[in-house]
Amino acid sequence: MIEVKNIHKTFGENEVLKDISASFHKGKVNMIIGQSGQGKSVLAKCIVGLHEVNSGQIMYDDRDFCNMNRSEKKEIHKEIGMLFQGAALFDSLTVEENVMFPLTMFTKKSKAEMLERVNFCLDRVNLTGRNKLFPSECSGGMQKRVAIARAIAMNPKYLFCDEPNSGLDPKTSIVIDNLIREITYEYNITTIVITHDMNSVIEIGDNILFIHQGKNWWQGDRNSIITTDNPEINDFVYASEFMKEIKETMKQKK
Amino acid sequence: MKVLNNIGKYAIMLSIVFSKPEKWRIFRIRLFEEIEFIGIKSIPIVALMSTFMGGVIALQTASNMDSPWLPAYTIGYITRSSTILEFSPTIISLILAGKVGSNIASEIGTMRVTEQIDALEIMGVNSLNYLVLPKIIAAMLFFPVLIIFSIGLSLVGGWLSLLLSGLSSTDTYIYGLRFYFINSDIVYALTKAVVFAFLITSIASFFGYYTKGGALDVGRSSTQSVVSASIAILIANFLLTQMILL
Repeated sequence: MIEVKNIHKTFGENEVLKDISASFHKGKVNMIIGQSGQGKSVLAKCIVGLHEVNSGQIMYDDRDFCNMNRSEKKEIHKEIGMLFQGAALFDSLTVEENVMFPLTMFTKKSKAEMLERVNFCLDRVNLTGRNKLFPSECSGGMQKRVAIARAIAMNPKYLFCDEPNSGLDPKTSIVIDNLIREITYEYNITTIVITHDMNSVIEIGDNILFIHQGKNWWQGDRNSIITTDNPEINDFVYASEFMKEIKETMKQKK
Repeated sequence: MKVLNNIGKYAIMLSIVFSKPEKWRIFRIRLFEEIEFIGIKSIPIVALMSTFMGGVIALQTASNMDSPWLPAYTIGYITRSSTILEFSPTIISLILAGKVGSNIASEIGTMRVTEQIDALEIMGVNSLNYLVLPKIIAAMLFFPVLIIFSIGLSLVGGWLSLLLSGLSSTDTYIYGLRFYFINSDIVYALTKAVVFAFLITSIASFFGYYTKGGALDVGRSSTQSVVSASIAILIANFLLTQMILL
């Protein structure tokens, strides 16, 4: 479980995160949603330590991340897997070498053992036999799946996904969403997904945090986000004409 | 103020770069990759530049020797001295600041803007140590080799130009090359090579690592790295000459 308490983050004069507190549960797909520029990615980057917070606490299973030294943070990082918006695969390495990278750096496994783990992870994301491809030879969806394979290679306790569906077609997006959900339930990990894709939210969101104007505006599950009367959430969820029509139809049925 | 801020950031970066590698085996592999990338792949440009540079120095010296009081071997003597003391270590390093420096800055800058460096950090890898240390060490080890190679080819270039133009004989030229040779000149040239190697790779890595934005900013970082490394080389050249030769 990850808890954030009273997080403040400023960039110069601009206060991006204003007193955010939230809990992200183990074995659940936790989602951080909100419009662009509201601070979702900044919050995620603060949680993983890519940005320093101005004040507040970040707890990884009761371990205070903000007060850790560099080597203690490094140990936490070894428990984190992250899927970046652009996949962030290493261009010069093959798919196999990308997935093997964290194993090479932090384990004492033999080459055969590492290869076995790599093949297991690639198999898990339906990329069996694609070991020797380079990232530039992979489609966007494949790159995301390789990045997921790399993220789970070290058996992480926490999985972060930053806009996992950006740039993907709806069908591939569903594949990635399902993969994230399956992995979360299968390995009982704390998953945090940053997105503004409502399909993903409805499809896999167990615990949803809505950020608006840098504040924790609303928190709930996927059923309550559809029925809530909160005007900001309604503006976000029912932004398109199509969604507005669905909402009207739902109202009339009631 | 921005310059002071950058110098501070550069010093902090170096303190993180020079920490113990996560795994020595991986560091060794990375080091050999960088020796190939930074050193061996620079051999063609160094060879071409050095040969023509030596040829031009010899020709210019020969064409300016109007006084009958100057002995003919002066051409070889001046070609050797100017090549060892200045042209090979400094000019070749300035060329390498352009080739190697821009390459390093754009490589690391691209990794930064495509979040590859963030990915390394999230995995728990000290990205500065992993990416930058092998480059600095590889350059400091291989630049002296390149400079020795450059000195040799410059002197050959000088000989070829004199031979083809008929301005001096081979024997006179070789006598000039050997005349009043001081071993410490080579030490001076190699010291400069090591210092310039450090400056080029560390400054390029600095600008690449702290790139913000997109593709345009990667290009900007690359240009800044070349300009800054060139200025640093010129200042270091002046200081080293003061310290070693005077």
